[in-house]
Amino acid sequence: MSTEAGTRTTATSSPGRVGDSPLRPDGTLKVTGEFAYASDLWHDDMVWGVTLRSPHPHARIRGIDLTGALTVPGVTAVLTADDVPGENAVGLEHADQPVLASEFVRYEGEPVALVAADHPETARRAAARIRVDYEVLPAVTDPRRAMDEDAPAVHRPGNLVRHLRLRRGDPSVTAPVVVSLDVEVGMQDQAFLGPESGLAVPAEDGGVDLYVATQWLHVDQRQMCLALGMPADKVRLHLAGVGGAFGGREDLSVHVHACLLALRTGRPVKMSYGREESFFGHVHRHPAWLTYEFGAERDGTLVYARATVLLDGGAYASSTAAVVGNAGTLGLGPYRIPNVAVDAYGVFTNNPPCGAMRGFGCVQAAFAHEALMDELADAVELDRVAIRQLNGMREGDRNITGQVIDSAAPVAELLQIVSELPLPPAREDGADLRSLPGSVGNTTHGEGVVRGIGYAVTYKNVAFSEGFDDYSTARVRLEMTGGEAVATVHTAAAEVGQGLITVEQQICRTELGVERVVVHPKDTTVGSGGSTSASRQTYVTGGAVQAACAAVRTVVLERAARILDRAAADLRLDGEKIVGASGEVLTGLSDVLGEDAVEETAEYRHRPTHAIDPQTGQGDAHVQFAFSAHRAVVDVDVELGLVKVVALDTAQDVGRAINPDAVVGQIHGGSAQGMGLALMEEIVVTDGHVRNPSFTDYLIPTILDMPPMQVKVLEYADPHAPYGVRGVGEPPTISSGPAVAAAVRAACGKPLRRVPIRPEHITGT
Amino acid sequence: MDFLQPRSWADALAARAERPDAVPIAGGTDLMVDLNFDRRRPGALLDLGRVAELREWSVGDGAGGGRTVRLGAGVPYARIVDELGDRLPGLAMAARTVGSPQIRVRGTVGGNLGSASPAGDAHPPLLAVGAVIEVESAARGARRIPAADFYTGVKRSALAEDELIAAVLLPEAAGPQQFCKVGTRNAMVIAVSAFACALHPDRKAVGTGIGSAAPTPRRAPEAEEFLAGELDSAGLWDSRGELPETLARAFGERVAAAASPIDDVRGSAAYRRHSLSVMARRSVLWAWTQYQHDLRKAA
Repeated sequence: MSTEAGTRTTATSSPGRVGDSPLRPDGTLKVTGEFAYASDLWHDDMVWGVTLRSPHPHARIRGIDLTGALTVPGVTAVLTADDVPGENAVGLEHADQPVLASEFVRYEGEPVALVAADHPETARRAAARIRVDYEVLPAVTDPRRAMDEDAPAVHRPGNLVRHLRLRRGDPSVTAPVVVSLDVEVGMQDQAFLGPESGLAVPAEDGGVDLYVATQWLHVDQRQMCLALGMPADKVRLHLAGVGGAFGGREDLSVHVHACLLALRTGRPVKMSYGREESFFGHVHRHPAWLTYEFGAERDGTLVYARATVLLDGGAYASSTAAVVGNAGTLGLGPYRIPNVAVDAYGVFTNNPPCGAMRGFGCVQAAFAHEALMDELADAVELDRVAIRQLNGMREGDRNITGQVIDSAAPVAELLQIVSELPLPPAREDGADLRSLPGSVGNTTHGEGVVRGIGYAVTYKNVAFSEGFDDYSTARVRLEMTGGEAVATVHTAAAEVGQGLITVEQQICRTELGVERVVVHPKDTTVGSGGSTSASRQTYVTGGAVQAACAAVRTVVLERAARILDRAAADLRLDGEKIVGASGEVLTGLSDVLGEDAVEETAEYRHRPTHAIDPQTGQGDAHVQFAFSAHRAVVDVDVELGLVKVVALDTAQDVGRAINPDAVVGQIHGGSAQGMGLALMEEIVVTDGHVRNPSFTDYLIPTILDMPPMQVKVLEYADPHAPYGVRGVGEPPTISSGPAVAAAVRAACGKPLRRVPIRPEHITGT
Repeated sequence: MDFLQPRSWADALAARAERPDAVPIAGGTDLMVDLNFDRRRPGALLDLGRVAELREWSVGDGAGGGRTVRLGAGVPYARIVDELGDRLPGLAMAARTVGSPQIRVRGTVGGNLGSASPAGDAHPPLLAVGAVIEVESAARGARRIPAADFYTGVKRSALAEDELIAAVLLPEAAGPQQFCKVGTRNAMVIAVSAFACALHPDRKAVGTGIGSAAPTPRRAPEAEEFLAGELDSAGLWDSRGELPETLARAFGERVAAAASPIDDVRGSAAYRRHSLSVMARRSVLWAWTQYQHDLRKAA
């Protein structure tokens, strides 16, 4: 795989500092199958918990008969909503989702009862013997009908979660060139490694310790305390091995359930979903219906944009309001548009709840604005790179909420780079089947195969927006151990596979000049690390670690200054030495520290963001923007509708690459996930029922679907961010899919307004 | 759940007779999924993995003067790809599309037959070459079932309660064979539709097999007879002249007409029918080109 990072300089050649690419500790373990995932948790004397879920998208619970389950030998507890000691309501933004359904079930798969038993199969069999008396109710499963007057209300007072109204300039202005389209985006699953798992261990103090795979320990803890009716010091969370998350672990899964069972039985309780249950156990990416219109001058310069975005939030609020916020404020892409009218809606239905997933509202919108930008290019007879460069945002521009883009906005440059990367060679006769659409399925030897090229560009907000108090905490301790200086960094920021542990170590090495950095297990005995989402951890937790290191360094250097009788400002820490202004070694760190440890805790907040105006959508909603562009080259068998992505190349500005290899890894993975949505990944929901909850029929790209990538990384430091970093994880997921879709359209000449693009859309059969 | 692990074919047949509640397991690539999903909880598993005879193949004289491969039911797909690509090209091509490398090391044609799923990758090439399934019971001994009679319904077969699948008898290829499979990704995918064809120049016949487009795997007899007849009346079997595109297209349409596909989460009925017509047209042209090439090679 060909990759290349931009030029960078490092302060030191010592490996493992900022700008180096030390290996991540979990990499080899995951490849060899030795990594301890949350599903590998074990405790002597533990029992197994399982969840009984609703088979109906909407029903009233008239009664629950537990007799059949309670009489199964080996069963230690059977719980329903009546057994929830605190508030029977949890939720990320609004506590609207019952821990266990009481009066109503609102989606297929909603938890209704819990069983603990000495064997998971015993627990499952017992759960199957619970008799729930359901009165099936009419369900609203078409989000386009959710706000109709006669639609059944999923919640009182109605089915609207959020309407974001955005107006800028003169929304009624006209233009000589007008293009418009409707786009539909299917429901994508995070499909992370390691389905939901946790182990709850009751403690002697009456509290409980939960070991769990999650994205944000402290927001879990807050919800759990309310549901369990216990204070925070009694509900302690520890991060267990996480395979991946992509937003799917922001909401609670086994958390409260396992603790309820543990507190009831007095025994450790393990809960571990299989893949099928996982499809019902977490939120998904919102399916979307988008209507877009661009007006432009005859030269292609945008005059106005009008857009309506409808997101199906499913049965509970989760993070739908924030996703609407992104789809509304960022949903026209990284373009300069003087006159704008956007209405973005999130609605309740009786479909599976939707919430956070990598790209968070920008992914759906990008399929629309990028398809429409191609339409505009054709209408004014510009090529598809040029139209984007002409309208692309530049540093200093105001975006559609009126916010000034106050660091690099290299839209034109990113497009230039991807358009100039070498193209893959033309397909040869007698090519290996694996290089053709259909692969070893042997469906073509070249017949019907047409090549297409597509471009897309995006920008995505980094970290939390719209006035959220978004911070991270880090505790750093420096001490001598066995004659060696050891830094210990403790944050509650979840490592979910993105490489944060390595980043924390690199920052400590850089700031403290030591080699050995121990990463303390992630838990709630330190302050919140915020969510591992919104591409924010390297920025925000990285900032906290840097700040805590700086505080430790200050203490150490002040102590050294007293010993050396010099000004602390003239001293530096490097390689376990205290050095002077010209690098001369003055004393050893061990002489300064002695037997003491220096420990400091710091919180880091990025610049504040602000709520947007409810009438106009105007305001400084976001703190940072990250830009990326993709060029996709595809071969399409236009007769069979099968696609082979031949190349998927990208350029992205990352501000500063703390760990260049990890940055490229994020870009590879994100690009694959975006391509998956364009071509195959969809949870098919019919009348509120999920039809493909398995990896047999929910398809994610394999190595034969994902081409080698050329990745160009730009490093335009953001002066407002620690080290100049810019969030990395999400933009590739946003711009890759629309580029692939555009390439497929170019190859087959059909509008293809729905993703994933299925073979029958291409063939028209 | 008991786990029975006979060491010989005779013991396996005895166990099958004694334990009607036992489910035979070969590679386990279907059955273990059912067990893991709690769809089945048989009283016993009858593991055929230790029966050495099932993991062998041999070549003998077949009916009509040709040679016949006797493929043990437990030979995994990976070995079919590696060892039988020349003798059984159609089956080897199908074997190559099964699951992942790990699945191909475990999965067997016997298992595919036991499951009798309409989407089983091995079925279309068995139908196209007129394979015969050899089954046996302790009480009644062995019997042979033509593949076309083996599949009786969705995931149902002619295998009796007390029988096990011993082997599949397939004629060594007398002409070119092709297999095509449509899936919505480029590896590790269950067939949306599949098609196999075989040219039998020795008897001037064409064989077909359709997968994932009817309640059972099935042939397209009318398409077979149509093409063979057209080839014969145009003297093409002997001249090895060009196969007209129009003829290939008409063949494809007849193959599509033989299917009875459904709409499901993997694809629409209309797409399945359409894709069959395309696969049949393309594959028969490839097979015919090979047939022409074979002569040049011989000359």
